[in-house]
Amino acid sequence: MPAAGQQSLSRKLTRMSILVSATALLLACAAFVAYDLATFRQAIVRNLSVQAQLLGSNSVAALVFNDPESATNTLAALRAAPNVVSACVYSANGLPFAEYVRTKEVSPAPRAELGEGEEERHWFRRDEVMLVHRVVFQGKRTGFIYLESDLQTLGERLKRYVMISIFVLLGSSMAAVAVSTALRKTIVKPIEDLAAVARSISQERNYSVRAVAQGAPAELSVLVEAFNEMLVQIEQRDREVREARDGLEHRVELRTAELAAANKELEAFSYSVSHDLRVPLRSIDGFSLALMEDYGDKLGEEARGHFERIRAATRRMGLLIDDMLELARVSRAEMQRGRVDLSGMARSVEAELRKADPGRRVECVIAEGVEAEGDARLLRVVIDNLLQNAWKYTSKHASARIEFGQMSLNGSRAYFVKDDGAGFDPAYAGKLFGAFQRLHGAVEFPGTGVGLATAQRIIHRHGGRIWAEAEVEKGATFYFTF
Amino acid sequence: MKDEVILLVEDNPDDEALTLRALKQNQILNQVVVAHDGVEALHYLFAEGAHAGRDTQEMPHVVLLDLKLPKLDGFEVLRRIRSDPRTRRLPVVILTTSKEEQDLIKGYESGANSYVPKPVEFGEFVNAVKQLGLYWLLLNQNAPLPGRM
Repeated sequence: MPAAGQQSLSRKLTRMSILVSATALLLACAAFVAYDLATFRQAIVRNLSVQAQLLGSNSVAALVFNDPESATNTLAALRAAPNVVSACVYSANGLPFAEYVRTKEVSPAPRAELGEGEEERHWFRRDEVMLVHRVVFQGKRTGFIYLESDLQTLGERLKRYVMISIFVLLGSSMAAVAVSTALRKTIVKPIEDLAAVARSISQERNYSVRAVAQGAPAELSVLVEAFNEMLVQIEQRDREVREARDGLEHRVELRTAELAAANKELEAFSYSVSHDLRVPLRSIDGFSLALMEDYGDKLGEEARGHFERIRAATRRMGLLIDDMLELARVSRAEMQRGRVDLSGMARSVEAELRKADPGRRVECVIAEGVEAEGDARLLRVVIDNLLQNAWKYTSKHASARIEFGQMSLNGSRAYFVKDDGAGFDPAYAGKLFGAFQRLHGAVEFPGTGVGLATAQRIIHRHGGRIWAEAEVEKGATFYFTF
Repeated sequence: MKDEVILLVEDNPDDEALTLRALKQNQILNQVVVAHDGVEALHYLFAEGAHAGRDTQEMPHVVLLDLKLPKLDGFEVLRRIRSDPRTRRLPVVILTTSKEEQDLIKGYESGANSYVPKPVEFGEFVNAVKQLGLYWLLLNQNAPLPGRM
């Protein structure tokens, strides 16, 4: 829609054509009238000059014979020339000799003089022209003829010209309107059509409509075709975007279904592990113990040692199964996010560790007010695993220091658990978080190698990252973010 | 106390033997009736099938119920026990290998009175059976069964 104050194209075109034709006509008329008036004035002067010569010839006798009456009669013939207002015959010494006035109100002009050697002179005054002519007879200056003529015919001519110009202007304006109306069809109509199509597209977002180029001038056809081509491209891109989105949705659905199936399988698997793998272990342990209890006295020391090994292996297998199930559990457990007090968690884990191992000399430095957004149960597993690790790997040192806190890292927050224990060779840091991967022997430090894998799984589920820095015998620091 | 029957629902013969051994080691000398699947357990309780003719006035003092059973699983057995007026108030202890959270929730929701995971280590298992016996046979007071009111 055109904004207020904006004029439509057709109106502008009409005004333009009227303005152009009117300007051209005005200039042409002005030039023509100016030329014609100049020519006409010259004709009037020439005419007056001829009359003056005639009057001069006819008045020679009267002047020579000093017969003013005859001269007056000669002047009276001027009645036939309506534009001559007054006339006068002067004697050679410049005194009035005979007079003529067309009406009584007009008084003849005072004597006029000609310069030495000048035969005739004329001049204009307002709407009159004056002419003085020297009368010469047989080479002798005999007198002057003075004529005064009005320019009424010139004025009438000018009035006529103005009238004609006005009529021509009116006519040409009407013709311009008619011409611009005719032009509308070929120039304005296609532009208006294009504008209407563009408006409907911007309002209805229907890119399938097309503008029509038929009958439009060449430049407009190019514009309309370019516009249509643009629409084709928009439509195509629109379709591609839609197809890509549909495809993506379909793929997401497919993946979600696959993931759900895999999750269900994993659940069934770990459920069955939970039941079926533990049952034979209990039998092995139970009957080994039964054998020892019932027939221990008949067995030698070596045989009893073998039974102890069987039972230790059973216990270890039981721990492995428990840890594996824990890893599976944290992978599929539903997340319940909330504000979690990590400091409180760390203090409670510390208390448990001290209770289980009261003889240790460990300084625990736990920062106050460390909080995070996440699943409290899962984060507890992370804190538990990391602090237990720190506790375990400092056990060979007489005294140890374990620190838990937070820090700013590249603008985001990172949490850390730092110890001064056995540490590890940084070359193997990549294996640290793999399930059942261990950097220490089971005799040196007991464990299944699942704890850090579990911690990593939980951190990943929170969209975070976990990594470690360490040096052999100089301690390890575990960092994690959310 | 000796005439109070314990119903042990257990399909694994090893677990059955170990449970009986643990009971014996803890001087729990009650008669133990063993059902090897869910259907057999229900037959015993409601005097059907092989147990037809059993006096249903006599109910076991406590049922030790495994979850993973052939034919009918433990949850289904528990559901049937709770939906029958004769056994509605019967104490049922789930004694199973599973420590899965879903089993715990489902067990209590199906009407279990207690849920005890069987430890892998036999020493701990013997201890768990001892605690069970002490609690359910000596300390706990059962609700009177409908037939005896």
